Amino acid sequence: MADVLKKVPVREQEPKVRATNFNEVCLGYNKDEAMEEASRCLNCKNAKCVTGCPVNINIPAFVHEVKEGDFKKAYEVISESSALPAICGRVCPQESQCEGKCIRGIKGEAVSIGKLERFVADWAREQGIKPAAPAEKNGKKVAIIGSGPAGLTCAGDLAKLGYDVTIFEALHEPGGVLVYGIPEFRLPKLDVVAKEVENVKSLGVKIETNVIIGRSITIDELMDEEGFEAVFIGSGAGLPMFMGIPGETAKGVFSANEYLTRNNLMKAFREDYDTPISTGRKVAVVGGGNVAMDAARTALRLGAEVHIVYRRSEAELPARAEEVHHAKEEGIIFDLLTNPKEILVDENDAVKGMTCIRMELGEPDASGRRRPVEVPGSEFTLDVDTVIMSLGTSPNPLISSTTIGLDVNKRKCIIADEETGKTSKDGVFAGGDAVTGAATVILAMGAGKTAAKGIHEFLSSK
Amino acid sequence: MYKILKAGKLAGNIYEMVVEAPRVAKHCLPGQFVIVKMDEVGERIPLTICDYDREAGTITIVFQPIGASTEKFTYLKTGDSFRDFVGPLGRPSELCVEENLEETRKKKILFVAGGVGTAPVYPQVKWLHEHGVDADVIIGAKTKELVILEDKFKAVSTNLYITTDDGSYGRSGMVTKVIDDLVGSEGKVYDHCVSIGPMIMMKFCCLTTKKYNIPTIVSMNPIMVDGTGMCGACRIIVGGEVKFACVDGPEFDGHAIDFDAAMKRQAMYKTEEGRALLKLHEGNTHHGGCGNCGGDK
Repeated sequence: MADVLKKVPVREQEPKVRATNFNEVCLGYNKDEAMEEASRCLNCKNAKCVTGCPVNINIPAFVHEVKEGDFKKAYEVISESSALPAICGRVCPQESQCEGKCIRGIKGEAVSIGKLERFVADWAREQGIKPAAPAEKNGKKVAIIGSGPAGLTCAGDLAKLGYDVTIFEALHEPGGVLVYGIPEFRLPKLDVVAKEVENVKSLGVKIETNVIIGRSITIDELMDEEGFEAVFIGSGAGLPMFMGIPGETAKGVFSANEYLTRNNLMKAFREDYDTPISTGRKVAVVGGGNVAMDAARTALRLGAEVHIVYRRSEAELPARAEEVHHAKEEGIIFDLLTNPKEILVDENDAVKGMTCIRMELGEPDASGRRRPVEVPGSEFTLDVDTVIMSLGTSPNPLISSTTIGLDVNKRKCIIADEETGKTSKDGVFAGGDAVTGAATVILAMGAGKTAAKGIHEFLSSK
Repeated sequence: MYKILKAGKLAGNIYEMVVEAPRVAKHCLPGQFVIVKMDEVGERIPLTICDYDREAGTITIVFQPIGASTEKFTYLKTGDSFRDFVGPLGRPSELCVEENLEETRKKKILFVAGGVGTAPVYPQVKWLHEHGVDADVIIGAKTKELVILEDKFKAVSTNLYITTDDGSYGRSGMVTKVIDDLVGSEGKVYDHCVSIGPMIMMKFCCLTTKKYNIPTIVSMNPIMVDGTGMCGACRIIVGGEVKFACVDGPEFDGHAIDFDAAMKRQAMYKTEEGRALLKLHEGNTHHGGCGNCGGDK
């Protein structure tokens, strides 16, 4: 009998093997494993896990169905709240959400809710189960800007309510950060993302790619000329930030967004795709978030020795514990309490090294974390030929600057009401990274869901 | 899919295509660009808009193959399609905005176009002509056969000066020499210059106009991936600050740009591009020895 205090372990590719391929790291549960793990759920009356979920999936109910072996029913329960379960089961930070609240976790390990969600979603896909389009349409047109997690969720929810929904996507593939940002080995594009996008389409949602709102057409024109009665902006985080240190325009310096886009969206890692990527022999990734881990593990798979350079200590790493753990297992070197000062270039302006300085933690700053301060005289040179900056993003001004009456805050993020997604412009709603700045997939989905409700109320009362 | 209604050669290895893209044609303005992706596996390639027809819903693009992807574009014939065609991207030229028209009319404007960069100059001069604004144009080309769009320019420019590096047509020498001749010895006065062409030409054009204190706008064409303000590949240094050509540009104050840094960045994928082109021409015959690919190890 397995230890009931511990999660049923999930099968993964061996670190040494997976460090050389782009196949998915985590292999997921099989039926028996899923049912065994589900039986660990205490089926709490006042389930805390549900309150920890940004889209409020009825977790005890679906886990109960898994325990009973009725996976179809489990899928139906999840589908009431989430349009993208195969994605969330893979990329949500469950440890700080549903699983973080699990009563099992007080004395032992929380129920593996994320892995169970993933199992149910994968099972449904393998069975070819698709959500059905609503029988009745109400004929009201809603435009969704961006086909990332916020847009897809908002679109799915509105389509279920009978709205005529069109998503406008600037890139050539739908999915937003799910296709350009998160790598194949964490989130398979063809089997998982494309299939979940198909599911949203099977609800009746139309997706028009290659339309960049603010340039190809403005929000005002969508509403005045194309008959959209409401618009949801889920256009994502925006432009990458750089440090402003010498050498940042050198050959071999990338933003994590560029590095990941080349590899994920443009599939540069595959011989049969045309987009190039300079792989690098020794790579430094500057930053400690999930995006930094994704960039580092991508560079590793392309054959490089990879260093994470982060100015605080391990405890402050903003990335999910699982990502840090996987990165270490695969052989990523963590240079913590280290901050870049200058990128050194050779006579061809290519990166030949990076001068760094050691840091120590001082007094807590405004964020409550201890502020890193330089250790005088501790400069040293890191021998690298590629530097990937993963320092966050600043909002893209395209939509805010071309939409009359749309207010932004001092960080240039769109201002939207937390309860309804309403912006300062009548009929226009917003959510996800465009509002909050770079955050997580599930928070964007939560905002998409909130806005769908807000749009429904707005159009119902019209 | 975006249908190619007309495909042909303008001169030498400079190609012209008319592409059906109603959303782009409806909204584009001079100075903006598009991103074109040929097929599923293709790169996203930024190309300038050479002309547009709002009624017909078409965009004219002009390009010169420099890597494997643009080389593949040349295989496409009338009736074929691009898989993806997105735009208009970037900010419109500040000269070609109705609100600024009164100011623009007061200006004495000189356009300096070089090589395939002649194409994106055309819609600007045409727009100004249609709005009653005079503009002189210098077109520079390596040799007579590579001078493009001459007749079109004749119809819309006030004075047209053509120069070839080898003296085979028009004036002789670089565009910078023509600027020196016009302003220095022929008594012409300009108070606004727009220069579009190879980066090296724009750099020297800016050095020349700086001498005469003529404010100069250039259109930058750095490496891009998404072109919508997400990847940061197209960053350039303008007045000591990081700017993104896709959303802040592509037009910038030429006297504030760090051209040397921009030109070095431009070369980043030179070797990858060269290798891809070689593979396209010779098939998968390269198995090492270059010291880069490791195919022989």
